[in-house]
Amino acid sequence: MLKNRIIPCLDVKNGRVVKGINFVDLQDAGDPVEQAKIYSDGGADEICFLDITASNENRDTIYDVVEKTSKKCFVPLTVGGGVRSVDDINKLLNCGADKVSINTAAVQNSEVVAESSKKFGSQCIVVAIDAKKNADKWEIFTHGGRNNTGIDAIEFASKMESSGAGELLVTSMDRDGTQVGYDIELMSKISSKVNIPVIASGGVGNLDHLVDGIKLGNASAVLAASIFHYGKHSVKEAKEYLDSKGIPVRI
Amino acid sequence: MNVTIVDYNSGNISSVINSFKEVAKDKVNIEVTSDLNKIKSSDKVVLPGQGSFKSCVDALNNINGLVDTLNEFAVSNKKPLLGICVGLQMFADIGYEETETKGLGWISGKVSKIDNQNGKFKLPHIGWNEINITKNSKIFNNIENKSHMYFVHSYEFVPEDKNVISATTDYSSNIVCSVEKENIFGTQFHPEKSDKIGLKIIDNFINL
Repeated sequence: MLKNRIIPCLDVKNGRVVKGINFVDLQDAGDPVEQAKIYSDGGADEICFLDITASNENRDTIYDVVEKTSKKCFVPLTVGGGVRSVDDINKLLNCGADKVSINTAAVQNSEVVAESSKKFGSQCIVVAIDAKKNADKWEIFTHGGRNNTGIDAIEFASKMESSGAGELLVTSMDRDGTQVGYDIELMSKISSKVNIPVIASGGVGNLDHLVDGIKLGNASAVLAASIFHYGKHSVKEAKEYLDSKGIPVRI
Repeated sequence: MNVTIVDYNSGNISSVINSFKEVAKDKVNIEVTSDLNKIKSSDKVVLPGQGSFKSCVDALNNINGLVDTLNEFAVSNKKPLLGICVGLQMFADIGYEETETKGLGWISGKVSKIDNQNGKFKLPHIGWNEINITKNSKIFNNIENKSHMYFVHSYEFVPEDKNVISATTDYSSNIVCSVEKENIFGTQFHPEKSDKIGLKIIDNFINL
């Protein structure tokens, strides 16, 4: 039976982890390579890096991080943030990323998704959808949540599936950082609309939220940052909890 | 000993390279090349493959003499070869992804789309799934039955001779996920992404 995945996400800025795991015995708490290794040793099903480097001159730092991590972690590694072109995707894959997530570029030009999934295979193309509720629909935001495009998120999800995305990483902008749980309605609407796996993101504050994301939101995988970063829960604890709730996980 | 990972522009093979280098340490030399002479003289060959069946077969055919060299290595000389993901699928006679495409024909059978039961199951089949080991394959030495492996695929290999199947996995149906025919080995899952247990499979292959 296919297991539901737990994916810890690390925010990386200028090659350093911004929100990190609060472990006292870490030699270098800001080193994304070391933190990714802790997660993979702890049973993370995949690792996700979100590059939030703002300035262009430091953009290359992520390549170095990915290259070093892929030599130490032997679980799938997804990298997103600032991915603009097929060339950017190629560079990240060559450095050792297994999947690349595309956000703004996919909204601006769906050809990037079509072209890259044809070139590299849809298994490595994840489209990141950042959505915010407006009246009775959800709208897509780009540029790290700063720009409202007015595009309907559910229709967009379907369009990305046809363009060749292998997975969708759906983040609720309303919930992100709030720790009140995923936007279950958004997750389940998108998950029932598309036939590709949906990764739920944004808003996890406790382990029950992970359960809800899978059971109610029908997500194939759950992504979380803060609950793991600050040592509130380990990946192992999360898996044992999901298991106790009857959710199939890899233990 | 020399193990060659065939680099034929089949997509992203850096994870395969990293995992083999991790396992090999300094004991075994890992070559990444499409050089025919190097392939001929190596002790073992790894055939990775990402993207579609058609794109991988096309990429193999684009390198002059590569298919002949692989045939000589695996079929005539019967030296150990491991196919991963589409690398395994290409053992088949024929594949139906994108369009009907001829495979290497090493293990009779076809590669067709996984039946998702009218959308009841998501495709690609992505994530960790348990393998049911159905025969004593050498690459499963010290691998427990029901171990978890990482999968990413929408197509499956359906071999004619069921005796070549060494493991299956349960998804929308029972999917063949590993084969062994004499010196030819293949995994549909990605040992290079399957954590320590996956590295053990790589280790088993290197130490055949």
